[in-house]
Amino acid sequence: MSFRWDVIWRELPQFGLGLANSAWLSAVAMALSLLLGPWLALPLVSRRPVVRRASRAIVDVARCVPFLLLAYFVYFALPALGVRLDKWTASLVTLTVYNTAYIAEIVRGAWAQLPAGQTEAARAVGFTGFRLLRRIVLPQIALAAGPVFGNQLIQLIKDSAFLSIITVPELTYAANAVQSFYFVPFESFTVATLLYWALCGGVEQVVRWNEGRAQRIRYGA
Amino acid sequence: MAPDAGAVPAVQLRGLGKRFGASDALADVSLTVMPGETVCIVGPSGSGKSTLLRCINWLERPDAGEVIVHGARVGYHRSVGGAGLVMTERELARIRARIGMVFQHFNLWPHLTVRGNVIEAPVHVLRVPVREAVAEAEALLAKVGLVDKLDAYPAALSGGQMQRVAIARALAMHPQVLLFDEPTSALDPELVGEVLDVMKELSREGLTMIVVTHEMKFARDVASRIVFLDHGRIVEVGPAQAFFESPTTERARQFLDRYR
Repeated sequence: MSFRWDVIWRELPQFGLGLANSAWLSAVAMALSLLLGPWLALPLVSRRPVVRRASRAIVDVARCVPFLLLAYFVYFALPALGVRLDKWTASLVTLTVYNTAYIAEIVRGAWAQLPAGQTEAARAVGFTGFRLLRRIVLPQIALAAGPVFGNQLIQLIKDSAFLSIITVPELTYAANAVQSFYFVPFESFTVATLLYWALCGGVEQVVRWNEGRAQRIRYGA
Repeated sequence: MAPDAGAVPAVQLRGLGKRFGASDALADVSLTVMPGETVCIVGPSGSGKSTLLRCINWLERPDAGEVIVHGARVGYHRSVGGAGLVMTERELARIRARIGMVFQHFNLWPHLTVRGNVIEAPVHVLRVPVREAVAEAEALLAKVGLVDKLDAYPAALSGGQMQRVAIARALAMHPQVLLFDEPTSALDPELVGEVLDVMKELSREGLTMIVVTHEMKFARDVASRIVFLDHGRIVEVGPAQAFFESPTTERARQFLDRYR
C-alpha cells in the first residue's frame, strides 16, 4: 500500500482555501452571535412571563433542529417562500441563527450562575436592562464562561463542515473534492482532520490565555 | 402646606407592608427620616430589617404602603386617589441612582479594579466625564483610606477594604440617602472597626443614613434615633440614648439584654 502524499502537497492550495473559508465563516458567525445572543438573553430573563416564554420557544426551536436540516431548510426550502440566498449568505445565516440560540442560552445560564448580589448592586446604583448586561454581567461572563464559549466555537467549526452539502468550498468540501478526483480518501481526510484539529487548537489557546487572565483577576493579581 | 426645603423628609414610609408567602415580613411600617439623620434599625434576625431597607429603593417591591424619598414617591406614579401606575424598571433605576446602598457581602464587581468599581455608575449611569469621575473616585478612596489600592482587583482586598470601597462606590453617586444593610456582619471582628470609623465620619458630616446593624455600640454612639423592629413591625422608635438606657417596651428590653 502506497500513500500519495504528493497529491496532497500539490492540492495544498485547495486545502488552504477550504481552511480559510471554514475559519472565516465560523469567526464571522461567532462574532455576529456574540453581538446578537445577549439581546436574545434579555427576554429570556424578563420579568414578564409572556416575553420569557415566547423567547424561550424561539431559542429552543433553533437549538433543537439538526444543523444539517437547518442548512437544507435555509438553502433549499426558503426559496419556496420567495427568499433566495446565495450559498455564502445561506451559510452565514444558518451558522449565525443556530449559534446565536446557543450563545443566548449560555449567556442566560452564566447570568443565573452569577451571585445575585452582583446584579443587585448594579440595580441599586441605577443600572437596568441592556446597560446592566453589557457593563456588569457580560464582562463577568466573559471571564467565567470563557471555556464554554470556546466549546461553542469548536462546535460551530465542526458544524460548518455540513455546509459542504450546499457546495460551499470549506475544508470538508475541499477534502472531498481532492479525494474523489484522485481517489486518495485516506490522505485527504487525514489532512482535513489535522487542519480541523489545528483550528480548534488555536481556539483552545485563546481560551487558555483568557483563563489565565481570569484567574489573575479572580484571585487577585 | 408650603414646601419648605428644610422640612422635606429624606425618607418617609407610610404603612409599608410586605408578604412572603403566608407570613408578613413587614406590616404597617411608618417612619420619617429627616435629612442629616442617622437612623439605626435593630432587632432580632428575621425581624424584617433588611426587607425594610430593600423596600426603600424597591429592590424588594412592597405590597402595601408608600415610600417617599425627598418628596418623590418611589415605585408608583402619582395619581389622584388611586394607588397609581407602577414604574418601569427604567424609571425605578433613575430613582435608585439617588439612593445609595451598601450590602452585607459588599457586592463589588470583581471584573473591575477598585477605581473601576467607583467610577462605573457615575460614568455609565450619570454620564459624568471619565476624567471628572476618576478625580472624584480618587478623592473618595483617599477619604476611606484606600488610595494605594486604586488598581487592585477586589479579590486582592480584605473584607474591610472591600466594604470601604463599596461605601466609596455608593458615595460617588452623591446619594440623597445611604442605606447600609448589615455592613459589618460579614467581616472578621478585627476589621469591623475600620468600616464603622468611616461610617461615623459620614454621619458626622451630615449624610442621611439608614443603617441595619447588630453593632449596638455603634448604634448607641452614632445614631440620632433607633428603630426597633420585631416580627415585621416597629415596636419602638426613639433617641439612641433613651432606647439603650430605658427602653419602653418589654420586647426591646429582652432584645437588649442579649447584648449586655
